[in-house]
Amino acid sequence: MTAEPIPAKTPAIRCTGLTKRFGETVVLDGFDLTVPAGSILGLLGPSGSGKTTALRIIAGFEKPDAGTVEIAGRTMVSRTAWVPPERRRVGMVFQDYALFPHLSVATNIGYGVPGPGRDARVAAALHLVGLHGAAARYPHELSGGEQQRVALARALAPQPDVVLLDEPFSNLDAPRRDRMRRDVRTILTEARATTVFVTHDQEEALAMSDAVAVMRHGRVLQVDEPSTLYRRPADCWVARFLGEAEFVAGTARHGSIDTPLGSFPAAEGLAGPVEVMIRPESVEILPGGDDATVTDREYYGHDQLVTLRMNDGSRLLSRIGPYPPVAPGERVGVLIREIVAFGAAPGHQHGG
Amino acid sequence: MIGRSEAAVPSTPPTAGTPAPRWLWLVAAAVLIPAAVPFLALVVRVGGDGAAALDVLWSARTLRLIGNTTALVAAVSVSDLVIGIGAAWLTTRTDLPWRRGWAVLAALPLVIPSYVIAMALRSAFGPRGLLADLTGIGFPIINGFPGAWLALTVATYPFVYLVAAAAMRKMGRSQEEAARGLGAGRWRVFRTVILPHLRPSVSAGVLLAALYTLSDFGAVSLMRFDAFTRVVYAQYAGRLDRTTASVLAVILVGLAAAVLVLEQRTRGRAAYHTPAPEAPAPPVPLSGAGRLAGTGILAALAAVSLLLPIGVLATWLGKGGGAPIPWGAVAGSIAGAGAAALVAGLAAAPVSVLVVRHRSRASAWVERVSYALFALPHLTVALAVVFFASRWLGGLYQSLTLLVLVYASIFFAQALAAGRAALLQVNPHLEEASRGLGRGALATMVGVTVPLVWRGLAAGALLVFLTTMKELPATLLLRPTGFDTLAVGIWSAADNLQYAAAAAPALLLIAVSAVPAYLLAARSHDR
Repeated sequence: MTAEPIPAKTPAIRCTGLTKRFGETVVLDGFDLTVPAGSILGLLGPSGSGKTTALRIIAGFEKPDAGTVEIAGRTMVSRTAWVPPERRRVGMVFQDYALFPHLSVATNIGYGVPGPGRDARVAAALHLVGLHGAAARYPHELSGGEQQRVALARALAPQPDVVLLDEPFSNLDAPRRDRMRRDVRTILTEARATTVFVTHDQEEALAMSDAVAVMRHGRVLQVDEPSTLYRRPADCWVARFLGEAEFVAGTARHGSIDTPLGSFPAAEGLAGPVEVMIRPESVEILPGGDDATVTDREYYGHDQLVTLRMNDGSRLLSRIGPYPPVAPGERVGVLIREIVAFGAAPGHQHGG
Repeated sequence: MIGRSEAAVPSTPPTAGTPAPRWLWLVAAAVLIPAAVPFLALVVRVGGDGAAALDVLWSARTLRLIGNTTALVAAVSVSDLVIGIGAAWLTTRTDLPWRRGWAVLAALPLVIPSYVIAMALRSAFGPRGLLADLTGIGFPIINGFPGAWLALTVATYPFVYLVAAAAMRKMGRSQEEAARGLGAGRWRVFRTVILPHLRPSVSAGVLLAALYTLSDFGAVSLMRFDAFTRVVYAQYAGRLDRTTASVLAVILVGLAAAVLVLEQRTRGRAAYHTPAPEAPAPPVPLSGAGRLAGTGILAALAAVSLLLPIGVLATWLGKGGGAPIPWGAVAGSIAGAGAAALVAGLAAAPVSVLVVRHRSRASAWVERVSYALFALPHLTVALAVVFFASRWLGGLYQSLTLLVLVYASIFFAQALAAGRAALLQVNPHLEEASRGLGRGALATMVGVTVPLVWRGLAAGALLVFLTTMKELPATLLLRPTGFDTLAVGIWSAADNLQYAAAAAPALLLIAVSAVPAYLLAARSHDR
């Protein structure tokens, strides 16, 4: 499931078997991750899944109990090696930005750039994040979004091998967050920086990343491109975590799956009891049909989410366009365009 | 400017981060070892000669000393409690006129060392004292137990007063009003609500006062009262018997430990904090007689603790008829205390980083050892250093370097506490950001940590300066020949009943101490 490393190129980051406990709590439990150079990877997981700890271990702010970290082919941590954070060439953007309150914006950005050429690099970084006029100001004089840009510029100015962002947008309000996401992605792409960012927000991870790694209980469950991840989750838990879905039980045999909602084509070789996932987007509503009753509807403007009670009593969600509006109590037809089946094979049992 | 980062201090995980760089440990060791190692050597030596130690311990004289010292500590603690809580209540919870002014006056005796108060009491009272001169009436002499009790009460009640006043100021009105609503009268409210609320902080204040009394040498020696410290010093100074001096010094430490344990026991288990900031309680209106009585009490306190010592010193200064200003002692005091403050303040930065940012069992011990050295009677530590240095450190024995290192070592806890408190206000991500940007641990400390905590470090260093200026027993034992300080000058003149010679250095000491004391007080009002 690990993303394919770009051939003939060393991965920017390779973590193997990272383990970390705080007292009794196991925070990381065999964490493996490979990040190809130049890509943006979202590390996604619920709170407490260990994602921030993994990031801090890569940066060198925590020491793992076991496991190794390589950055650009150099071993940073292993049983015998330890490279302190200041010699890792890693730029970190903290959730609270951590700008030095006693230094101006320009001095903050220049902090990690050695002597000659510093002014030019600071100017370039300010330009990159669109804050030309703010060089002489102090962090407390900036808005939250501006502080974040300075933090990003400061991390990028020393031209690090890797940039790490910890929950980068969680301190911004919703409208500003969407803009910052787009801007930050543009900046990171322009800087051609290999990036890992931590988030618990599925949409954010899918929208920002070239690849998303899903974490739970201190390990990585799946790494894939956003669309693959969404359409082909490795197990029921990942499927549910990435977005709304309903599950029905079915039986697979001879290349087809029988469920109470009808039969669907199945991969060759799949046999026996399966869980079938149906995403709301794959459920189409046909007016004038007689498959289900509308029980509830949430109207969002750009689309609507409809709750259906199927004739056999099971529940199904459907996300459809804004027209035609449907009303509770209405009888409708239902067309299921796509499903994902999870067999009872090993490694597919996380969903429970 | 620091406001923003304070708002977002994240919770630190239980075992924070990465192992501490080795040089942090070296600084911690360097600042603590000068007092800790000789002290341990003394304890080991006394423990190793168990029979001799037991002989000294069970002698009638030692038991009498234990009785004397315990009685003094108990009496001072009780009078501190009554005066400290009473003055705090009058100045914070009533509508007494001029209560802000009284509040400042009540804290001021903190800058007057116990031996100056003792000297003032001794020379003012008695059939041929200053008061008798002035009035023609023969006042009774004040010395012995009552003298030591009075002098040390005046010197230590501000410890209780300051914490009690702070706690009363912070206490909201809801608990008090709830009690009144349930039918309790004023006195019952004071007894059942206010006093229990004060217990944890006041208990800490009494602990400080008790440890101060236990370690005090100046006042008991001038009052000719046989407390432990006076006898230990006599044994040492008279070159009578090293073993006896050592054993007594170690027993004194045992008493200090007993006081600590007792304080822990009485502190109780209930939680006394008020959950959220609430409206302050309205002041209790005093009747006309109440105002008169309250003003009278605070005026009497100020008369004994401030007017009397300053008046006596001024009178003696006049009588001395232009005694020369002891510039050598002034220079010695400022140099010794200044160097100690500098050493402690500089070491406090890395050691604060060690105990706050690299929390571990070992770093917790660094903190414990520094507090223990602060709580130990200085006379015991000084005696231990004398024995250790005269045997093992030929060149350093009776050098200014050793004296300054021992000062810094025993007062380091004050600098560490201030540095630690300041560092806890700083977002650890700032230091991590600096490391991530390519600066090493030392460069990060210089470029980020120190600029953000220097006010705290400076306050800690000032406190060390203040306490070192007033320090007496360690200075007496460890000073190089020819090195004079104001404290030594005052004490030796007063001990020889040459009060006129003690007046100028005493006033100078108070004047020089007042500067850092004022700066510290101004700083705590800013917050």
